[in-house]
Amino acid sequence: MASKMLSFKVRVEVWLKEGLVDAEGKTVEEALNDLGYRVSSSRVGKVYEFVIKAGDEEEAKRLVNEMCTRLLANPVKDKFIYEVKKIGVQ
Amino acid sequence: MRFAVIQFPGSNCDYDVVYVLKNVLGVPTDLVWHKFFKGDVYDAVILPGGFSYGDYLRSGAIASHSPAMEEVKKIAEDGRPVLGICNGFQILIEAGLLPGALMPNDCLKFVCKWVTLKCETSGTAFTCMIPEGRLLHIPIAHREGRYFNTREELEKMRENRQIVFRYVDEKGEVNSKANPNGSVENIASVCNVKGNVVGLMPHPERASEKVLSPYKDCDGILLFKSMVRFLKS
Repeated sequence: MASKMLSFKVRVEVWLKEGLVDAEGKTVEEALNDLGYRVSSSRVGKVYEFVIKAGDEEEAKRLVNEMCTRLLANPVKDKFIYEVKKIGVQ
Repeated sequence: MRFAVIQFPGSNCDYDVVYVLKNVLGVPTDLVWHKFFKGDVYDAVILPGGFSYGDYLRSGAIASHSPAMEEVKKIAEDGRPVLGICNGFQILIEAGLLPGALMPNDCLKFVCKWVTLKCETSGTAFTCMIPEGRLLHIPIAHREGRYFNTREELEKMRENRQIVFRYVDEKGEVNSKANPNGSVENIASVCNVKGNVVGLMPHPERASEKVLSPYKDCDGILLFKSMVRFLKS
């Protein structure tokens, strides 16, 4: 008997690791300062949102972690964080 | 001897490489769509420049998961020559065949110009005809070419002689003025430990005929000639 699959809403954030020069972040910061805002420590990252099917939350997290390592982030230069939220049963 | 140039959706320097191999060097070469690529019939493979998959995610990230790359990995393990040019270099890095990462240029602009490179090792399949210390004129054209690796990894790469070309000035000096994209230690090209897999940001196929170079030389052809000599030896 196949077990029920659950749907999870996933949100992944990928950031350059600390200590690496974030050229885009620096440029955004300069542009905001040029507009008169006193901004510092600006970083630019990427956000991914998608829905994934998995048996339980633990499996969903394991899959998302694997996706980040294999494709969404480059472990040499990136760090990533993610959230997994159950949205329904199918 | 037979060569393959792999075409991904968004490759745009593929025909230039095929032209140089077939018409300038005179060696049999096939242009192969990535989904149909089988490595066993080829002596060497070249991943050309361009914008595979629109550079989505990170340059080269999606192409690095193409089934063609499993074949390329086998070729690399065999010791047969593999060259990645520009986006091809990005793909080899994302596939884990070469160390490090390529990030957006520090100036955040697409940089398209002729640069001077210094050959740091003749111990690769693509530089065996280029004396160490020799300067080459080859153009670059990229937005994500800032080579990066950690200090520990760079130390290992120096020990293994994996740095192939550096950006230098006309006198051959490594300095920040000669660095077009902010690459760590002015690195323009790296190889694997065996030296049969090489990736570089500059485009040797655009510098393989005198008529194309403002310097009236054709330094790029030396990489392709080296590959042929490597296979004959």
